[in-house]
Amino acid sequence: MNINATLIGELIAFIVFVGFCMKFVWPPIIGAIETRQQKIADGLAASDRAETELRLAQENAKKQLVDAKAQASALIDQAKKREAQIIDEAAVKAQAEREKILAQAKAEVEAERIRAKEELRKQVAALAVAGAERILQRSIDEAAHSDILEKLVAEL
Amino acid sequence: MASGAELTSKEYITHHLTNWSVGEGFWTVHVDTLGWSIFMGLVFLFSFRAVAKTANAGVPSRWQCAVEMVVEFIDSTVKSTFHGKNTLIAPLALTIFVWVLLMNLLDLVPIDFIPWTAQQIGGALGYDPAHVYMKAVPTTDLNMTIALALGVFILMVYYSIKIKGIGGFIKELTTQPFNTPWLYWFNFILEVVALLAKPLSLSLRLFGNLYAGELIFILIAMTGLFQLPMHFVWAAFHLLVIPLQAFIFTILTVVYLSMAHEHH
Repeated sequence: MNINATLIGELIAFIVFVGFCMKFVWPPIIGAIETRQQKIADGLAASDRAETELRLAQENAKKQLVDAKAQASALIDQAKKREAQIIDEAAVKAQAEREKILAQAKAEVEAERIRAKEELRKQVAALAVAGAERILQRSIDEAAHSDILEKLVAEL
Repeated sequence: MASGAELTSKEYITHHLTNWSVGEGFWTVHVDTLGWSIFMGLVFLFSFRAVAKTANAGVPSRWQCAVEMVVEFIDSTVKSTFHGKNTLIAPLALTIFVWVLLMNLLDLVPIDFIPWTAQQIGGALGYDPAHVYMKAVPTTDLNMTIALALGVFILMVYYSIKIKGIGGFIKELTTQPFNTPWLYWFNFILEVVALLAKPLSLSLRLFGNLYAGELIFILIAMTGLFQLPMHFVWAAFHLLVIPLQAFIFTILTVVYLSMAHEHH
């Protein structure tokens, strides 16, 4: 076991190897490892974030669905109310219309009746005059007895 | 045993524990240690560099996953021990861990494969096969482990001085554990011993574990037919020692360097 120049050679080899390792081997490998670790950490964080976001979105969707349902039922209620209101209004209007038409018809009937009565009266008068004329024919003076006839007609 | 009867046990063991040396005296170079360690270092750097070149934050390929697992393991280990800001310590720990692990793994190659192959090649090239040595596991060579520990030690001293200043470093060496000027000399001796013990224990622990493991493999290889189950059991046990020693070296490096960064 002699200590000799081999030691110097090995020392130089050692220094060269360490230098090479320090310059060309260690930095790229450890850099790649650290970059990958960072990427994995980022990926995990992103997936966590996505999970949270998904849960929030689901909750949001659920809330919106509930809201929409409530809104829909409110709309339906409102529509029903409006429907009833329209029907009521229509019924009231129809009633009024009916009464108006009825009143008009009654008035017309009354007017017709009055007119017919008048007509009848006139015709009766004429008829009576004609009857009397036929009965009395020659003897009776139309002008002299018209006041009597007028009275008679008025009594009808 | 590779070449049988013409080798005695002593020769066999000695052959396995001798490095392929070139040079004289201190300027001897263990070509096998240097070659295998640099080869393993290059295996580490190129295979990791291949990932680093195409690394991106997308879906990783299988090899990228494997490399990233190692890198992340080292990164979390360093982060749990070292709380400062330093771009050197993590790559340093990665280099030490993977490099030492790969070098230790050579211990699991059946012990005769590499020396025997080397002998055949050496013989073919006209050398005496008995004197072709190939000790493949670099971490069983004290030069290798001391070089690693020395590198760490230099960084420890460098950061101690850089963070605390030369005065702070000296103060740390002299004013504890006994905070009276009378005993500063004694503190200094204690602290210097403690400081030097760190790289020494670091290198000797790795060397000792792997050298012992290798030696036991060699001994098992000499037991004849029984070596097969024994090899299996020892290899299975050694499979725990190999990554453990690489990890201990790495974590202690990080701990020592983080101590160098701390103020007392």
